[in-house]
Amino acid sequence: MLKVKVNDIDLEVDEGLTVLQACEQAGAEIPRFCYHEKLSIAGNCRMCLVEIEKSPKPVASCAMPVTNGMNIKTNTEFVEKARKGVMEFLLANHPLDCPVCDQGGECDLQDQSMFYGVDKSRYKENKRSVPEKYMGPLIKTQMTRCIHCTRCIRFATEVAGVPELGAIGRGEDMQISTYLEKSMESELSANVIDLCPVGALTSKPYVFEARPWELKKTESIDVMDAVGSNIRIDTYGWEVKRVLPRVNEDINGEWISDKTRYSCDGLKNQRLDTPYIKEDNKFKKSSWDEAYNKIAEKIKNTSSDKIAGFIGDLTNMETSYIAKEFFNQTIKSNNLESRDDNYLVDINNRENYIFNSRLNGIDESDLIVLIGTNPRYEATILNSRIRNAFLKNKCEIYSFGNLGDLTYDYEIIENNTSKLKEILDGASSITKKIENSKKPIFIFGQSFFKLRSSNFLLEGLKKYLLSQNKINENWNPINILSIHASTVGSYDLNIVSGDINSNEVLTKTLNNEFEVIFLIGKDNLKLKKKNEFIIYIGSHGDKGAEFSDVILPGAAYTEQDAHYTNLEGQIQKAYQATYPPGDAKEDWEIFNNLSTYIKRKKIFNTKDNMVSDMLDFIKKKKDNKSLDIHKSFHNEKIITDDLDYYYSNVVSRASKTMMECRSLRNNLKKTGTEG
Amino acid sequence: MLKDEDRIFKNLYSDTGADIDSSIKNGDWQDVKGIFSKGREWIIEEVKSSELRGRGGAGFPTGLKWSFAPKEVGSRPHYLIINADESEPGTCKDRDILRFEPQKLIEGCFYASYAVNANKCYIYIRGEYVNEGKVLQKAINEAYNKKLIGKNASDTGWDLDIYIHYGAGAYICGEETALLESLEGNKGLPRLKPPFPALVGLYGCPTIVNNVETIAVIPTILRKGAKWFSSIGKPKNTGTKIFCISGNVNNPCNVEEEMGIPLKDLIEKHAGGVVGGWENLKAVIPGGSSMPLLPKKICETITMDFDSLIENKSGLGTAGIVVINKDQDIIKCMARIARFYKHESCGQCTPCREGSGWMWRMLERMAKGEASKDEVDMLLDVTKQIEGHTICAFGEGSAWPVQGLLRHFKKEIEKRNNFSPVVDTNKNIPYLVDQHLLEKDNA
Amino acid sequence: MSLKKISKNQPKDFKFSKVNLELVNKIIQNYPKGKEKSAVMPLLYLVQKQHENWIPLEAMKYVGKLLSIPYMKVYEVATFYSMYNLSPVGKYHIQVCTTTPCMIRGAYDLVDVCKKKINENQNHLSKNNICSWTEVECLGACVNSPMMQINEDYYEDLNAKDVEKIIDKIMNNETPVPGSYKGRTNSEPINNRKTLIDNKNA
Ligand SMILES: Cc1cc2nc3c(=O)[nH]c(=O)nc-3n(C[C@H](O)[C@H](O)[C@H](O)COP(=O)(O)O)c2cc1C
Ligand code: SF4
Ligand code: FES
Repeated sequence: MLKVKVNDIDLEVDEGLTVLQACEQAGAEIPRFCYHEKLSIAGNCRMCLVEIEKSPKPVASCAMPVTNGMNIKTNTEFVEKARKGVMEFLLANHPLDCPVCDQGGECDLQDQSMFYGVDKSRYKENKRSVPEKYMGPLIKTQMTRCIHCTRCIRFATEVAGVPELGAIGRGEDMQISTYLEKSMESELSANVIDLCPVGALTSKPYVFEARPWELKKTESIDVMDAVGSNIRIDTYGWEVKRVLPRVNEDINGEWISDKTRYSCDGLKNQRLDTPYIKEDNKFKKSSWDEAYNKIAEKIKNTSSDKIAGFIGDLTNMETSYIAKEFFNQTIKSNNLESRDDNYLVDINNRENYIFNSRLNGIDESDLIVLIGTNPRYEATILNSRIRNAFLKNKCEIYSFGNLGDLTYDYEIIENNTSKLKEILDGASSITKKIENSKKPIFIFGQSFFKLRSSNFLLEGLKKYLLSQNKINENWNPINILSIHASTVGSYDLNIVSGDINSNEVLTKTLNNEFEVIFLIGKDNLKLKKKNEFIIYIGSHGDKGAEFSDVILPGAAYTEQDAHYTNLEGQIQKAYQATYPPGDAKEDWEIFNNLSTYIKRKKIFNTKDNMVSDMLDFIKKKKDNKSLDIHKSFHNEKIITDDLDYYYSNVVSRASKTMMECRSLRNNLKKTGTEG
Repeated sequence: MLKDEDRIFKNLYSDTGADIDSSIKNGDWQDVKGIFSKGREWIIEEVKSSELRGRGGAGFPTGLKWSFAPKEVGSRPHYLIINADESEPGTCKDRDILRFEPQKLIEGCFYASYAVNANKCYIYIRGEYVNEGKVLQKAINEAYNKKLIGKNASDTGWDLDIYIHYGAGAYICGEETALLESLEGNKGLPRLKPPFPALVGLYGCPTIVNNVETIAVIPTILRKGAKWFSSIGKPKNTGTKIFCISGNVNNPCNVEEEMGIPLKDLIEKHAGGVVGGWENLKAVIPGGSSMPLLPKKICETITMDFDSLIENKSGLGTAGIVVINKDQDIIKCMARIARFYKHESCGQCTPCREGSGWMWRMLERMAKGEASKDEVDMLLDVTKQIEGHTICAFGEGSAWPVQGLLRHFKKEIEKRNNFSPVVDTNKNIPYLVDQHLLEKDNA
Repeated sequence: MSLKKISKNQPKDFKFSKVNLELVNKIIQNYPKGKEKSAVMPLLYLVQKQHENWIPLEAMKYVGKLLSIPYMKVYEVATFYSMYNLSPVGKYHIQVCTTTPCMIRGAYDLVDVCKKKINENQNHLSKNNICSWTEVECLGACVNSPMMQINEDYYEDLNAKDVEKIIDKIMNNETPVPGSYKGRTNSEPINNRKTLIDNKNA
């Protein structure tokens, strides 16, 4: 501990802190532009100047390490004068076009100039004007407003791992640009918008949409992947105007992926706002009553073992739970399934389907092995944590198979199960590294669980790691990376049916053995429809709705209070930011109502009943004896399925912004002009 | 006047050739083993007691700087860097060392590298000095061939490799940390300090950076002794120094003289006097463009050493003396220097980036008499807002010359710009107004 | 310094010549293993020498690949340093120093000659496409001012007449003799040398 004085207050602070951090601990606020906790220190804006005894010049507090006995002053005239000076320079060439700037109302420069600005500009020269730069479909630039803090450059190089942004030229003519003004090839690119302290980089899709003070802000959870990023949803009336990150150090830090941020225009397109019934191969609008009756009639005339249901990728736990109750109680069927492929998951043991090391555990890891997963696309935020470990801990990374650019260096291991077996036999080329590693992490992707050897290898690896004391009470290196927001929650709710060695419901479905099928936000079923009666419950008129017979319009993730359990098993509540469009209803209500048409009885009296029942169910769920999945070795290729990043769920598929990103990326790939 | 025998750079005027044999004949590379055998500590002590101060501009005691290098080489190698970026307007002394006295520099590198435990030395030459670089490279090759450097250099057991790295046109790369960045293949952006290069420098390794002249005088100091060196000049301002006298003098020249020599002697004796006579003198920039100018009155008596110049609110800097006579427009001269700084600012720090252009534009207007009276004080304000608020000393370098002008020639500026502010009526314009619109209104 | 103009006419490809590739290998060895990035400046310079005095975009990519550094970094470096030309300049590129020490000894007279004889504008080619000129900051030869640099050589102690002759030669595709035009080979005080007299006479 070091003893320092801040504005005459005595303080003890940890070694290695900067003066700025020490001041913050003392409650002295320091203005800043270039400094950002998550980025390297640039110390170039010079706004954070403070006075330190014995130093004749003011000191940039963000860059100065504290030393014992320092006497720091932040509120003297000397300091104020210095900061005012810097502020005047910042404003000198700034256009001061706040009235037409999208950053207005949340601009650091605007805020701080209230404290340090002089009331009249003394700068009488012509202002610099800087041409706009093209940075892709997400980022709008107004480079004349740039104050050269270099946060965006540091973010791109350090966090996103795509050194595509830079400052060209020098002196007052320095300009921030991408290489030849191409869009940034990163799934995290739009975070620079939040980082930019002024209105130089703003959101292109959100241009002139609204002023921040007109928006209603709701704290929620993202569902574009299984990470469970914490977000804030800003709405204006019914419309979701934008999605922003909320800080959660253990999950997303303060970043979100571009998909999380910009799929939201997909919430406006292709929405189902009224029930439909298909007649003569054409959809006709109907009332809820008609639709419910039609379904009830069909169900009453169908034997319950001929009815199946699928939970979709974005489905929240409340919906899954009531669907499960609906199947068990109302129609007495066990054929509800959440897996969309033959994933051999042992759901009796939670360890087997969650990310045990936790997201923040990645930061401490020194060795990571990727097995059948491409985290860059499957869980962008998780990938950025891997990159962080790569940079900060020199963490070594291996992957079974070549995954292309992951934004960090990794070594490729031949993508064969025999190579993985070598690891559990302690005979791999990386065995030494694993044994020397303090906190190794093995990440199994969803694709891996399609392998016949998957459980043999998983159990074998556990045994091996136990024998090496890599699994202990403080550390579990076994990690499963789920792709969908609904996956872990569905497993927690036991929504896996039948014989565990195959996905029986799926197989039967594809063999056209069912007569009635419920698609609950399920859009990626590769069914060749014959005579099935299909009921689609969901928010978007996507693939699932297309081949259904009755459509019941549900709510999107921004339109209902609901829980999601993220890939590390953390249950989080997403709050309703807006309401379902038109006649659409919250999903749980649809099942509850439908039940009255079939059984003259609601499933739950109120939503609260249902939620507490559900939470009870989860609490009571204990790890059971392992399921009897076959565990034998086969020589197989470990294939990592491709994920069409910008096109992976109904919301992003309905989003124009995501479409634009996708076609841009595909064009880049096609023409091979990578940079 | 310094006696010829006390001059270190005997071949400053290229009388005898820069090849290694001539250099050796002139006294270079003598008794290397003898000096080497006295040990590292002795060398550092000797340099300390010679009171040699860095010739690159800041005048930092060289021996002291060397003693900051870690005593033992840890996991990271040490580096010695020679700063031959010479870009300070008014300065061209290192150039002559590079092309006429390269062996002095190379021999100096040998002792310095040994003193600071570096087996690798980079000489960073400004990119424009192509021919000087060629001469130096030839000299390095000659030294290698004679086994004076390289493996087991001069048969002392010490290994030394010397490489040249060219800049590419950026004054800021003379700043030592910007130089390191540039050497690492980046833009020349000065680094935040601490950490200082002596501990974390090139490639994150302990690094000592010295000016060409600083290193080139080392062998002579070690051979003739610290006493000899410190007996020349004044206390704390010892030894000889190459002065560059340019501008409105009859015989512009480089000359090696004693530290503390009167400025008037340099101008009158060596440079053949001010064009138009001493009475025609307007002002002198005594230490390269970064140093505040001195008006004629001070020039009469000032002596050229670090401390006297500081006393007179200027500095010895690089000892690049620019003489400006009354035929020149002093405001224009300074405006041109301000343009230099605007052009060379690296652009990192807000005050330097925005302020250097601001000063230049104001000065240009002032030179034309297009500024208002109150702007003269405002210009001073702007310099004060830059000074001391930046990462590197470029901020001071750009502000000081303007401050010097204002200190000594304020009256002259005010006379030329004597109308009162145009925006009188607009006094309470809120600052949140588009300047472009304002300007149109005024036009 | 205003941002450099990047030529609109870019060659499709750039590769080092065989000789230069060998040089590249040599240059890279000047720096420690793993620090090859340091070679970016000498390599860009080499590009410029090989490619008619300017650096095309393809060459930046090429250098980036060669040293495994991101293109953006190469681009940053190429735009930061003033000696890299990013659009074509003349076979003879004249850089006139106009910083104060040269200015007060008549540098702008030299500029006037350039304007008259080469092109009204900086960095534009002369009519016969051989020559271009630009104003630069202090070239570090202040004692020999006014002066200018043509490609690699310094031309010192000039006046307008000298420059006219120099440009005439260039226009004829001849390289004028570099050095001082007042006859000195160094920075001694002309006709007023008081030091190292013995050496002079030796
Ligand atoms: C803007 C700026 C430019 C500088 N340019 C040079 C230069 O061209 N040559 C030089 O030797 N030192 C230059 N310096 C000083 C160096 O930073 C450093 O102090 C010097 O190389 C140390 O060497 P010395 O101790 O031998 O003087 C410059 C400093 C600043 C702030
Ligand atoms: S003071 Fe100027 S030159 Fe020095 S680091 Fe700051 S911006 Fe760059
Ligand atoms: S926040 Fe410290 S210099 Fe910018």
